[in-house]
Amino acid sequence: MTTTLPTTPAASVRRHGHSTVPRSAAMLIMGVSTVYFLLPLWWLFVGATKSREQFTDTQPLWFADLHLFDNVRELVTYRDGVFLRWILNSVAYTGGAALLGTLLAAMCGYALAKYRFPGREVIFNVVLSGVLVPATALALPLFLIFSKMHATNTFWAVFLPSLVNPFGVYLARVYATAGVPDGLLEAARIDGSGEIRTFFTISAKLMSPALVTIFLFHFVAVWNNFLLPLIMLSDERLFPVTLGLYSWNTQVNQVPELRGLVIVGSLISIAPLAVAFLLLQRFWRTGISTGAVK
Amino acid sequence: MSAFLRTLGVLLTSAVAVTACSSPDASPGGTGAAACAPSGGGPVNLAFTSWVPGIEEVVQAWNAKNPDIQVKVQTGPNGNGGTYQNFFNQLKAGNAPDLGQIEYDALPGFRVQDGLLDIGSCDIVAQAKDQFLPWTWDQVSLGDAKAAYGVPQDTGPMALFYRADLFEKAGIAIPATWQEYAAAAEKVKAAGGHITNFSQSDINQFAGLAWQAGGHWFGNDGQKWTVSLTDDKTTKVAQYWQDLIDRKLVSSVPPWTAEWDNAYNTDQAWTWVSAVWGANSIATGAPKTAGKWRVAPMPQWDAGQASAGNWGGSSTAVFKTSKHPYEAAKFALWLNTSDEALTLLNQKANLYPATKAGANLPALASGVAFYGDQKIYEVFAKASTQVPSGFTWGPAMTATYANASDGFKAAVSGKGTLTDALTGAQAFTVQTLKNQAIPVA
Repeated sequence: MTTTLPTTPAASVRRHGHSTVPRSAAMLIMGVSTVYFLLPLWWLFVGATKSREQFTDTQPLWFADLHLFDNVRELVTYRDGVFLRWILNSVAYTGGAALLGTLLAAMCGYALAKYRFPGREVIFNVVLSGVLVPATALALPLFLIFSKMHATNTFWAVFLPSLVNPFGVYLARVYATAGVPDGLLEAARIDGSGEIRTFFTISAKLMSPALVTIFLFHFVAVWNNFLLPLIMLSDERLFPVTLGLYSWNTQVNQVPELRGLVIVGSLISIAPLAVAFLLLQRFWRTGISTGAVK
Repeated sequence: MSAFLRTLGVLLTSAVAVTACSSPDASPGGTGAAACAPSGGGPVNLAFTSWVPGIEEVVQAWNAKNPDIQVKVQTGPNGNGGTYQNFFNQLKAGNAPDLGQIEYDALPGFRVQDGLLDIGSCDIVAQAKDQFLPWTWDQVSLGDAKAAYGVPQDTGPMALFYRADLFEKAGIAIPATWQEYAAAAEKVKAAGGHITNFSQSDINQFAGLAWQAGGHWFGNDGQKWTVSLTDDKTTKVAQYWQDLIDRKLVSSVPPWTAEWDNAYNTDQAWTWVSAVWGANSIATGAPKTAGKWRVAPMPQWDAGQASAGNWGGSSTAVFKTSKHPYEAAKFALWLNTSDEALTLLNQKANLYPATKAGANLPALASGVAFYGDQKIYEVFAKASTQVPSGFTWGPAMTATYANASDGFKAAVSGKGTLTDALTGAQAFTVQTLKNQAIPVA
């Protein structure tokens, strides 16, 4: 997923044209970064196509006999297909949390931008400070809270904390302030539209580029949130794919066969991220630049 | 707002928890004094966390035969990969499982944090003690003869894996002592290989070598810990390997990497002083060398001696918060002494039993094709009876390992020596224990 990041500055350099950096130098830097970021992916892809024997004694960066399909078959049948279960879990945690989390962040940011009420700035500042608190620091306290309610080792133990996205609130507020004209809301009110209806039918549509951005950020954050499931979950059937592959990887000394499965599994597990990015990348760029101008 | 949302989440969860919660009530410290009696009335449910591959099937075998003691098994990353930290968190929160897999070197850490139940007071455990090799019992009694903070599960008796074909071709005798091993190393070097790869980052191998030589790294008299990573025996071992490193007779590829596998797969490394589970590591890491390896006893410090090191091994411990210590102990004993469980554990995960009788399992009697049909487990069976008693691990091994490993890596790349690394690790370990308010002599 990181691979798409460096292309964004490249695009803007090209668009602005009159950059002080000579074009060729910029291209060179971009080329080097592209190789740098793509090389591990290439290694992963090549490694995933090899049989276990050939993995150690053939060139790491070039193909040997094609074994990809056998490897995939072994992966999805290993231990009753627990890998597929992990993928589904990840999709459920990530997709669900990103959708709901985006909605919550959008409503929250919109409310902060468009309604005047006492304590508004205080709340907004608290949210902003939430951006600074790393998710890792919250994992243990969350575990203790969920323990009090006997809710650790459940789907909700990972899902509910993942709904929260302070940066999304910030982004939604900035965007709503700029992108949703007060006059339009006034007009809607005069026409008799309720606040909720106004939000969904008018404001949310105006905010859609920001919503895509928030969704993508959130999607990546939840997909990569490793520590929370590690701490919360002890039932393998609830693991997201990141944690599942990690736990296999820690057993490689004992069960060396797992090394191959971890490599193929990693390749497959980055596919949803790549798909999400390719589909939503365009919106994301618009979203980022919009936020940056304000 | 994030705080608000989080509170909201918590409220939502509590609603969910009321309906979804099926875990047993967890109140910490709920166990009485003489806690090891069968809990009366009704079937007992136990939770067990282990990362042994295939453990589910072993537990299924138990559940099928014991309707009154049903065990639910949970798997995850290995101990240092996060499961130990989870155990500590769960102990704090009062929802730890009844039983957990804990490696020998991590057990004292749980002991000093008061996380374990002493099941030595259970009569069934006391009776089973004699079934285990004495040195494995040391690993769980932690210096108190009557105590048992777990049941020994598996062990890693060490031996010498060597490339029979290469040694024969070069006309080198299989070394029986460490002096001969060093002499052989020179010849191997002349023949274009390295006699072995010195593990620069996995200190456990070095610990096994020091253990064989009679080193004692830690001690505990019931009140205070002693730390002696630089005792005479350990220093002797360190100086020996430093000499081989200085003369470039050993390679130092990082262990457990594809590069390391490759060194064995392409005839660059000729021997490996490793534990019984290493048999599988070579077989999968170096498939091209099938049929060419053999196993011999570990080289000795004095000719005619018979001593072996140990590398690795786990126990099944019962956590302080368990409400059913008797049933938990019963399951742990079945898991680690019954032929059925030991055979399954060996088949699924290559675990080598800690019991005396375990060495006679039919599964361990046959020749192994990768080793030219040699009955390699006979060598390990002997080795497992030759591991010196009395070796104790410290209560903060993660810190000790991390520091020593940094020193070893430096020594391998020519900065300082292994002895320096141990001296550093000694000081660091003492300081770490003091910082954790663990009494050190």
